[in-house]
Amino acid sequence: MSLQRITRTAFAASAVLALAACGGGSGSADLDPEADITAQKLVVGIWADYYPEDLAETFEAKTGVPVQIVHHATNEEIMAKLTAGGDSGIDVAFVSGQYAQALNEGGMLQELDHDLIPNITNLYPEATELAYDDGNKFSLPYAWGTTGLCYRSDLLPAEPASWLDLLEPSAEAAGKTTMLSTERWMALPALKALGYSVNSENPDELSAVKDQLMETKPTLLAFDDTTFYSKLVTGEAVLTEAWDGWCNYGIAEDPNIKFTVPEEGSDLWVDTMTVLKSSQNKEAAMAFLNYVLEPEVHSWAAENILYKVPNKAAMDALDPQLLETYPNLAMTPAELAEQEVIVDLGDYSTEYTRLATEISAK
Amino acid sequence: MSVPRSAASGAFWRRRLAGLPLLGPGMVFLFVLAVLPVALVTVYAFFERGRFGGVEFNFTLDNFARLADPLYLGVVLKSILIAGTATGIALLIGYPAALFIARLPRRWRTLALIAVLLPFWTNFLIRTYAWILLLNNAGWINQGLSWLGITSEPVHMLYTEPAVVVGLVYMYLPLMILPLYASLVSHDPQLTEAAVNLGSSPFRVFRTITLPLSAPGALTGCIFVFVPAMGNFIIPELIGGGKTVLIGNLIRDQFLKARDWPFGAALALVMTAFLVLLLVLQQRASRAVSEGKTPKEVKP
Amino acid sequence: MNAPAALPARSRKARGGPRTDAATRPGLHLRLPFWGAIAFLYIPILVVVAMSFNASSNLFSWSGFSLQWYAEVFRSPDILAALGNTLIVAAAAAVLATALGTLTAVGIHRHTSGGLIRAIAIAPAMLPDLLLAIGLLSLFTLLNFTLGLLSVILAHTVFAMAFVTAIVLARLAQVDPSLEEASRDLGASPGRTLLKVTLPQLGPAIISGALLSFTLSLDEFVIAFFTTSPTVSTLPINIYSMVRFGVSPEINALATMLLGLTVLAVLGTQRLTKIADSL
Repeated sequence: MSLQRITRTAFAASAVLALAACGGGSGSADLDPEADITAQKLVVGIWADYYPEDLAETFEAKTGVPVQIVHHATNEEIMAKLTAGGDSGIDVAFVSGQYAQALNEGGMLQELDHDLIPNITNLYPEATELAYDDGNKFSLPYAWGTTGLCYRSDLLPAEPASWLDLLEPSAEAAGKTTMLSTERWMALPALKALGYSVNSENPDELSAVKDQLMETKPTLLAFDDTTFYSKLVTGEAVLTEAWDGWCNYGIAEDPNIKFTVPEEGSDLWVDTMTVLKSSQNKEAAMAFLNYVLEPEVHSWAAENILYKVPNKAAMDALDPQLLETYPNLAMTPAELAEQEVIVDLGDYSTEYTRLATEISAK
Repeated sequence: MSVPRSAASGAFWRRRLAGLPLLGPGMVFLFVLAVLPVALVTVYAFFERGRFGGVEFNFTLDNFARLADPLYLGVVLKSILIAGTATGIALLIGYPAALFIARLPRRWRTLALIAVLLPFWTNFLIRTYAWILLLNNAGWINQGLSWLGITSEPVHMLYTEPAVVVGLVYMYLPLMILPLYASLVSHDPQLTEAAVNLGSSPFRVFRTITLPLSAPGALTGCIFVFVPAMGNFIIPELIGGGKTVLIGNLIRDQFLKARDWPFGAALALVMTAFLVLLLVLQQRASRAVSEGKTPKEVKP
Repeated sequence: MNAPAALPARSRKARGGPRTDAATRPGLHLRLPFWGAIAFLYIPILVVVAMSFNASSNLFSWSGFSLQWYAEVFRSPDILAALGNTLIVAAAAAVLATALGTLTAVGIHRHTSGGLIRAIAIAPAMLPDLLLAIGLLSLFTLLNFTLGLLSVILAHTVFAMAFVTAIVLARLAQVDPSLEEASRDLGASPGRTLLKVTLPQLGPAIISGALLSFTLSLDEFVIAFFTTSPTVSTLPINIYSMVRFGVSPEINALATMLLGLTVLAVLGTQRLTKIADSL
């Protein structure tokens, strides 16, 4: 069924492609829309616990393409492997938007063939014009959200409303707060609290951020990207900088845990799906991306990972009960779009690396 | 050419060539997979970073100049301080323990030694993880303290610098005890017996005989603890809560986060230079001991 | 990092050392620190072992005996795959390292006088693991060598081989050279002498070298972390990501099983070397 659809679209695509090839410069010219994808197999690199467990099985059942899923804990981990040179063996890589942008600048990503991904129309319009990849040329959004404060409402005297509640914690929260350790997100609270852009390239602003974080550090329990929610559950931490979806893992275990976006605003981050140029299975990879964007698949993913997905049909299909339990799932695309999209800063990103080292080494 | 000379050099070469089937495979293997990698790191340290990892082959000394940057110098000094503290504590704990083992009846010695070494054979990530269970605010130490009525509020221990030091001591203590034991057990006990018979106090015997003779072993132990402690990046991350950065974290980050391989290479070289320096010192010390003080002629 | 290699050699030395049984028994001032150190070393491990049998997923309170976390471990395809990879790597590295290390040691013992080759052969055991890790990553990348099982096996062989060489060299120093001379005088070829005379004498050292290589590789994290591809994970790498994602009871169960395996390997080494020694 779906296979037929893919072949059908593939035929249609080939005509378009031929035209595009005549026009010259289409990066997807090396895709063979008639390729027999059942002869291909996929290696998909994705964050652990960030997809429905049956994803590989159902995709194979539907398309006949076997999928091996490999995990990474952080963007940095997979970036290191992808950029180490040589063939990483990965066909589809899940990375955050700004990392996809960097990979693309490094010439490592395959241009996406939208004709092989008809489900792209399921995306919210806001999700097709994201600053790091306007027009989804090399990446498709898989999940999106924002960064905010995840906290124990029962252990804090007042609901936090500002990044300053984290950066200059009250006596009750001091020593019980965590911040994200990945550099751009480590800088984010201070950048926003001081009224700067999350993509600031201004040395004076960064220096002000550094001063703020130097003052904040002694009040922190830890820098933590991966276990902050369990620290909230045990009560070791009462206030954390968190990605919205990850906060939901805490909410699932303790309803006293809540999420809020501080009044100074925050970022719009996007976790994307990309296809590696080194992949030998690009057609199957496109089919995989298309499969994920199927409303029922994407909505099943959202239900499993408790993150918002930028897929209108999928979000509409979501169990309303979930939106009630996890209020941040109900944030609309318009609300998200008010936040600032994180983009790659090219060479300037070393300044953020340095900043992060300075703060953690102090 | 005189006959004996050529015969001698012939024998020399024959001896060398005969070794080829034995030494050849291992040496080729080591050349490619040990000498070459280390050489590569050395060379990379003198080039510029590539934007997407790897190196650009433009010669530069910047990577070493950056070591003088207060930020990185600070990390190096902090590493020395923390690894040094851990080494010192390990020596304080390890010395009496090693002395105890060395003075045990022989049949108990092996058992005691295995007992000390066994934890070392447990996966080090798991040993690190165990301390999270212990040091946590809700952890077993805090539970113990409050059960004993010593504390009413949990003591904040996890994610602090002292916790990192404890973790490092724990990780490498067996590496301190082992060489200490080896040097203590190889002493001639008749020496101490003689001293005691001649009326020396036990403390004096310890200070004038045991301690100096075990100095090389102690130094070896210190190197075994200090060097890997500086390079450890797991403990600062897991037990230090990412708030402490050792030189190992910095190197790891250059390769896996900042993608600045040349600077990472330069840092790794500095760390290795430390190791070599300490080894030279250790060699000197043990030579001084064996030349100056060990009365070999006493041995039966 | 690397001192365990000293164990077999040193303890043998101790066995040959002067008798001290008659020496004064260690007093309280030494007994206390020793038992203190033992407690310090074992309490954390015992906590992990105990909690692996905990019925609840709460790691900080005991709520009854259960084996569910062990079942959980065996149900996890990730862990099983990583375990498989780890065993393949450890076995392959042990075989390679033992073969190369033994040959090298015999070669060094017989055919070199200076210390350079010896130093090169032993150095990987002393080098900081991070240096070796980034060096090998750089090399594999430069050669466009595909990272995966093979790259980890090769990487592990490097340092394991150094330990084997050291152990076999230590043994060679104690082997009576007159036996080899006799064999040669009686007309045996060098190869035959090696097989029939030298190697049997080295038996215990080779066995402990092989087992040591296996155990070292089994536990090695840093070098494997740098030299593997994202598609091939070893058990320590798996444990690393589990630990990073927070404390969980499965880790306790996995840790306990690994601990059991290690104890067996260490005791096995002791037993085997003893048997081989008595032959």
